[in-house]
Amino acid sequence: MKVQKKDKQVIKSNKISRRTLLAGMVAAAVLPVNPIFAKHVQTGPHTVPEPPEDPTKTIGPGPSAQGKRSTFEHPIRKFSETSSRSPLQDFHSTITPSDLHYERHHAGVPIIDPQKYELLIHGMVERPMKFTLAELKRFPAVSRICFLECAGNFRGGKEELTPQEILGLTSQSEWTGVMLSTLFREVGADPKALWFLAEGSDAAVMTRSVPVKKAWDDAMIVYAQNGEAIRPEQGYPVRLLLPGWEGNMNIKWLRRIELSDEPYMTREETSKYTYPVKDRIRMFSFEMDARSIITFPSYPQKIMPGWVEIRGIAWSGRGKIEKVEVSTDAGKTWQDARLQDPVLSKAHTYFRHLWQWNGNPTEILSRAVDETGYVQPTLQQLAEARGTAMGGYHMNPITSWQIKTDGSTLFKPE
Amino acid sequence: MKIKIVVGTALLGLILFHQVSAQQTSYPSRFGFGRLATTTEIALWDIDVRPDGKGLPAGQGDVLKGKVIYTSKCMACHGNNDTDLSKIKLPAPLLVSDTLAKSRPKAIGNYWPYATTLFDYIRRTMPYNQPGSLTDNEVYSITAYLLYANKIIKQNQFLNAKTLPGIVMPAKKLFIMDDRKGGPEVR
Repeated sequence: MKVQKKDKQVIKSNKISRRTLLAGMVAAAVLPVNPIFAKHVQTGPHTVPEPPEDPTKTIGPGPSAQGKRSTFEHPIRKFSETSSRSPLQDFHSTITPSDLHYERHHAGVPIIDPQKYELLIHGMVERPMKFTLAELKRFPAVSRICFLECAGNFRGGKEELTPQEILGLTSQSEWTGVMLSTLFREVGADPKALWFLAEGSDAAVMTRSVPVKKAWDDAMIVYAQNGEAIRPEQGYPVRLLLPGWEGNMNIKWLRRIELSDEPYMTREETSKYTYPVKDRIRMFSFEMDARSIITFPSYPQKIMPGWVEIRGIAWSGRGKIEKVEVSTDAGKTWQDARLQDPVLSKAHTYFRHLWQWNGNPTEILSRAVDETGYVQPTLQQLAEARGTAMGGYHMNPITSWQIKTDGSTLFKPE
Repeated sequence: MKIKIVVGTALLGLILFHQVSAQQTSYPSRFGFGRLATTTEIALWDIDVRPDGKGLPAGQGDVLKGKVIYTSKCMACHGNNDTDLSKIKLPAPLLVSDTLAKSRPKAIGNYWPYATTLFDYIRRTMPYNQPGSLTDNEVYSITAYLLYANKIIKQNQFLNAKTLPGIVMPAKKLFIMDDRKGGPEVR
């Protein structure tokens, strides 16, 4: 019984004891395929210290060069070949730990030597120029907290979906870098330039056309994320940051900006990241529309009758979240949720709403309202406005959780 | 008279000094960081192509050559003609692009508004396992083959920097710019 319990614990925490590991290595040396040990070895040779009965009676480990999460916490990204999703249900506030930021790559994560890195700005400018990473860091720096979200961020279709699986292609960081307008002044941007092309140095040589007005507004060239150098998956050493605009335009591993009087009509802005609207195809949808999701309670969590604090995040690419409304009766009535200060423009905003659950089955929903007066629509409203073949880009419908009699929570697919 | 000039000059000096100190606390027009890029450096990276043909290189390609190159370098992932490799997400069938099989096919013939985009995209990213390895002539030829396979050009049409921008794609008339500005209306 004790052994069984211990074994269960080992698997649950993705950890194995040194003894198990050694035994596994011996077995692996003898038998090329041993499914029991193969499962363990895949998770990595970490050790979980057995917690002492009374931590006040044992001296713990001292300081170390690099901190780690508690061995009892295992937030992970869910990943496919081309993307990974942030575990929204594991976050208690709005900054995404950098190692859990969502990813979307089109040809993998390139390795770029920061010593050799250069950013080229040319085209409709007085002086085509190149800037090293060190030179970019000499310019006046600015920090900004904002979300980044993939334009294809929404998945439904079944009840057993977590917030991570439904909407995990959004994350938030504090980004630091130089305003693009500062660099545009440095190169002498031609006032007649209307667009600029941003190009990455990954194997997709990713390109997007961006209106120059965004550069004079709030676009940034960033080299830091949450206080340290940007993660490789987020564009190390330098990426473009277009607050509030669809993730794909925020070109990672940025190597080149070319100013132009017209857009380039790259593949990503024509055959991708566009969507049918009735009998037309809509392109250049830059801003991410306001949306929200309840992250607690959510699948596969279970609640008990009594007080429940409903929690979640809301955000808009067009500015601040004005309010978030929560319904606990399947959309019949709505109450304003409390918003966590500070409410920042183009940023994930944490909301909370106290609810006394009486144990009856119901549905809980949230809808965001942004400072332009936009109200997060239902899927039906979107379908009426765009037609049923609207595709998967820029889909921001209200999402609903079903609360069952036993307190279990299931996504409501539509 | 002389005193007036001296006083005037001193005043002017004072004003200039004030302006300089004010400028020191605000942004200068230029910081002087970075260096001028050489034309060679720009040419090495400036590979983009616009719908008006700006950026298209010299060279030429044709449908038949394109079919041969496609068969050897593209078919393994993208399939042959309209053979649907729907189970594979990243590689895609030739005429259905890399979209999910369940959704409406977004193919070159019905969803790509500009022929120049084909050239630009193939040249910068393809083949997936050897990106950037195709010659300009090969890219012209593959572009020609794909346009022919989508019934947009004739089999005997050559593609080059002059002819490619002139091709009108069937989907072009469908594309509209997003003009939403927020506000209560759902669109």
